[in-house]
Amino acid sequence: MTDATTTAIPGNLTAEGTKKRFKVKGSVIVMTLYLLFLMLPIYWLLNMSLKTNTEILGAFSLWPRNLTLENYATILTDASWYMGYVNSLIYVLINTVISISVALPAAYAFSRYSFMGDKHLFFWLLTNRMAPPAVFALPFFQLYSSVGLFDTHIAVALAHCLFNVPLAVWILEGFMRGVPKEIDETAYLDGYSFGRFFVKIFMPLVASGIGVAAFFCFMFSWVELLLSRTLTSVDAKPIAATMTRTVGAAGVDWGVLAAAGVLTIVPGALVIYFVRNYIAKGFALGRV
Amino acid sequence: MDKTVNQKAWFLVLPVLLLVAFSAVIPLMTVVNYSVQDTFGNNQFFWAGLAWFEDLLESERMWDALQRQMIFSAIILAIEVPLGIFVALNMPKKGFWASFCLVVMSLPLLIPWNVVGTIWQIFGRVDIGLLGYTLDALGISYNYTQDFFAAWTTLIVMDVWHWTSLVALLAYAGLQSIPDAYYQAAKIDQASRWAVFRFIELPKMMGVLMIAILLRFMDSFMIYTEPFVVTGGGPGNATTFLSIDLVKMALGQFDLGPAAAFSLMYFLVILLISWVFYTVMVNLDKRES
Repeated sequence: MTDATTTAIPGNLTAEGTKKRFKVKGSVIVMTLYLLFLMLPIYWLLNMSLKTNTEILGAFSLWPRNLTLENYATILTDASWYMGYVNSLIYVLINTVISISVALPAAYAFSRYSFMGDKHLFFWLLTNRMAPPAVFALPFFQLYSSVGLFDTHIAVALAHCLFNVPLAVWILEGFMRGVPKEIDETAYLDGYSFGRFFVKIFMPLVASGIGVAAFFCFMFSWVELLLSRTLTSVDAKPIAATMTRTVGAAGVDWGVLAAAGVLTIVPGALVIYFVRNYIAKGFALGRV
Repeated sequence: MDKTVNQKAWFLVLPVLLLVAFSAVIPLMTVVNYSVQDTFGNNQFFWAGLAWFEDLLESERMWDALQRQMIFSAIILAIEVPLGIFVALNMPKKGFWASFCLVVMSLPLLIPWNVVGTIWQIFGRVDIGLLGYTLDALGISYNYTQDFFAAWTTLIVMDVWHWTSLVALLAYAGLQSIPDAYYQAAKIDQASRWAVFRFIELPKMMGVLMIAILLRFMDSFMIYTEPFVVTGGGPGNATTFLSIDLVKMALGQFDLGPAAAFSLMYFLVILLISWVFYTVMVNLDKRES
């Protein structure tokens, strides 16, 4: 019955069928316009990154006339540039590992047990995900300076835990609640210890959740600028800060700036296909 | 799912508690500390009571920033929510094009915020940006660093570009969860397109839509990096939102007391909205189970 109705729609040649096809066309136009609106500014950045500065400031053109990879070469051969990416990657990875490893057991506890103050704790975590970095910039600066961690990767990684740990806990909890509790109980009856059950049986079951949580920790740490800029000066300077500094110095090197921008989009663009169905879920803290 | 009462679960939560306490509670206590003290430098502090809070409540600067922030967030929501729903309704339901749309729409969400600023800074320039150049060629005077109206428009369009996809993706996820049977029933009843939207799609989307609205409100309320890169809060103070003003005060002028009082007020507002958010989430969880 349901099969018949769903397959009947595309092949339907009655008046209603043509109406349907017309509507589909309308939505194609809407989506094309919207996607065009999204892609144009990104295309423009890419376009500029492939031009020389003389071409950028000279004649206005919709695509690069003399295609050049010089801007990318500048970034990839100059240590003060590419170390920005390395620094960012280091603290982002440290942060992701810390966030996920502390969030896993906590999310399990929240999804399986009720204990004293669990709801308050869960709410308190949420408030930290929502906390404005601007409020924390100055106290973080003083805290990490006083313990001698200023301008280290670990300082930025720990600072980003402020919003990433709560994010990971919420996302993982969202995934874990979908795993039936009977699995835990059966495993315990079979004589599994908690640790062995968690690693051998439970973690593979929520593997996609761990992937999504890791991706979002990576992403939110990667896109953040205010805290990472405040907590670093030279040794751990992130790419975002390297970019802003270069804008101010002796005229703007538009080509290199654009190329640096394009390179920061790459990590997200690389994995985007694999996480496409989870983007909404991740942003909604595992609740969609 | 009914949960077992087990106080030992605290041990599993302990690492998170310690870590977040270290990175949230200690800094917050510093802020509270500063908010009730004054200094003449040299690390000599003395008790100032509630003076900073009283100053803050009378400070035109803070109220102006708050007002600008509220207007900005309101405009953002008024555009992004209907547009997001509209886009979600027009997205392909399955197959290659559904994946394609998801991938392209997610892209702006994953771009570092300062690069979002850079993209629009370049895009809007009259000499080298496509948008600015086109507007200029059309004879519209447009300069986001000088002109109040242009600065606001640029920031709003930028935010719409950056975040509408989030609303759309969430609404889309809500739409996907509606069983076909609902649409078939509506078809039998010969319900109009509007009626289908009003009585089937909207109620089913309401939960995720609330999340989308709250997330967008929250994040636009804390916006810092993008306007900082594009306009730097200018022209004048035209786009100095709460976070920009606070960073100026705390890190630029090092006015610790006022900045701390400002921070606490800011945080209270966030706390309030978080609570609403939490309630919505919990209700959503309940409805699911």
